[in-house]
Amino acid sequence: QEPQASGLPEYIKIVEVGPRDGLQNEKVIVPTDVKIELINQLSKTGLPAIEVTSFVSSKWVPQMADHKEVMRGIERHPGVQYPVLTPNLQGFHSAIAAGATEVSVFGAASESFSKMNINCSIEESIERFEEVTKSARSMNIPVRGYVSCALGCPYEGNIVPDKVAEVSKRLYSMGCYEISLGDTIGVGTPGSMKKMLEAVMKEIPLSALAVHCHDTYGQALANILTAMQMGVSVVDSSVAGLGGCPYAKGATGNVATEDVIYMLNGLGINTGVNLCAVMEAGNFICTALNKKTNSKVAQASFSTGTIN
Amino acid sequence: QVSSAAAAGGPYPKRVKVVEVGPRDGLQNEKNLVPTPVKINLINMLSETGLQVIEATSFVSPKWVPQMADHTEVLQGIRKCPGISYPVLTPNLRGFQAAVAAGAKEVSIFGAASELFTQKNINCSIEESLERFEEVMRAAKEASIPVRGYVSCVLGCPYEGKISAAKVAEVSKKMYSMGCYEISLGDTIGVGTPGSMREMLAAVMKEVPVGALAVHCHDTYGQALANILVALQMGVSVVDASVAGLGGCPYAQGASGNVATEDLVYMLNGLGIHTGVDLQKLMDTGTFICNALNRKTNSKVSQASCRL
Repeated sequence: QEPQASGLPEYIKIVEVGPRDGLQNEKVIVPTDVKIELINQLSKTGLPAIEVTSFVSSKWVPQMADHKEVMRGIERHPGVQYPVLTPNLQGFHSAIAAGATEVSVFGAASESFSKMNINCSIEESIERFEEVTKSARSMNIPVRGYVSCALGCPYEGNIVPDKVAEVSKRLYSMGCYEISLGDTIGVGTPGSMKKMLEAVMKEIPLSALAVHCHDTYGQALANILTAMQMGVSVVDSSVAGLGGCPYAKGATGNVATEDVIYMLNGLGINTGVNLCAVMEAGNFICTALNKKTNSKVAQASFSTGTIN
Repeated sequence: QVSSAAAAGGPYPKRVKVVEVGPRDGLQNEKNLVPTPVKINLINMLSETGLQVIEATSFVSPKWVPQMADHTEVLQGIRKCPGISYPVLTPNLRGFQAAVAAGAKEVSIFGAASELFTQKNINCSIEESLERFEEVMRAAKEASIPVRGYVSCVLGCPYEGKISAAKVAEVSKKMYSMGCYEISLGDTIGVGTPGSMREMLAAVMKEVPVGALAVHCHDTYGQALANILVALQMGVSVVDASVAGLGGCPYAQGASGNVATEDLVYMLNGLGIHTGVDLQKLMDTGTFICNALNRKTNSKVSQASCRL
């Protein structure tokens, strides 16, 4: 396969969000040592970035209450980044004290979502993040910016691509090295993905963009393919497709890392990630969570005993 | 026509014909059998959704396919709406004659791009199967009955593994030359990815006009919609799918099979491609048959839309 011949990137960086975005949205809470073991297993798969935890008040996100212990307990493999979420300056300081060397901030392209999720307007949230990025810059800590609701909002419905571009630009200008565009409720399709990316690409260099697709409507891989065809080369995903959708009960959420890698392998695109190793980590965490995997590749491979 | 260099998401066909295979391919591969009246009601409900082609049943010996034993009753019992085609499978001349006697106005024949698969599936070589089909084609031509040709294992075989694109092109060409009006290219075990889909279609399109091609993607490895997207980008405008994603994979126990019609239509709607299908009515039909089968839907769109 020759990805370049088909206009696709030669290399895709996969950002693994299972331990944070995944576990945060699972019904069952796993003990700290299970989280640490999951991350340690993921560290051995070749994944270049693994989102570890979230320095948010345990009052709001009980699943991430053990953020300090997890951060301090994991093995840190050379060449692997371990970003953590920091919603504000207080969380940032706490994260640094616990040994974090990269952080993420979460904005949204929807006012209603911003208010419902973090109880403030987009503008107010940007101000909070500016405090974080200022502090981070002084300590040489890279900051990744997320924009939620990039393709639709559970409250507002349709989201205008220019709004996504505007919020992305604010985050990029304040110093975020990468902007991850999130289809938070998975309603996007290749059509809306293309339109949104066209608007954002006017404001932000392609190499600073990532897509974070949810598979709630089964569209994730088609959306990711579209993004790659437009030159995006960073993709977020979650081992075993951990993390349901808090806005559609019983529905799925994150796209499964295994399924993304299967597609990229088939396209001849390099990721550096060992699919078998990811499936093993997926098997481990699903056993711990007492749930079936959301990865179709894992399901099929488990049944046939082989990986095609 | 679309050149394969149109990598950045389009242009896409303005209209796509969706071929609904749930009542045949779907039900044939479900564990639970449904009674004849349920099958008839399923097809009648599908007839109300705007679908133009609904594969109704299979005129195969009930010894081999017990799920389709009631083929005559089903074909005679359904409401045949004007403008909708109800093709049935006919593996040989005897099946063809039985189908016509029962009122069939269109039939399908199933070839394969793999020798081993043909041996295991219908107990003869590819060459011998084509000879059988010639008999059907002759009789069909006399009776003015259109014939659709399927080619299985186009992106991989459960026995042979890799399948060469040239072999797929060769079998497709033979079936098209003998008079099939359309060739449906089936990724029988769902192992294909956008890369192998592109390569296979490029080879087939040298021998068969793109207007006579369809894709029949299985979602066993979660790749179906991404594969369909690439096929659309290359000019294919006929896509097979199964309501509620009915039909598991007989080669990977517990794994999924057919791509769900609801998820396909959702993607096509998002791309602004006309299908004529009412998604809500389709979802209602999926709910009906899943209740009858006592199983959960395989359609993510259905799962997400069900806010219980």
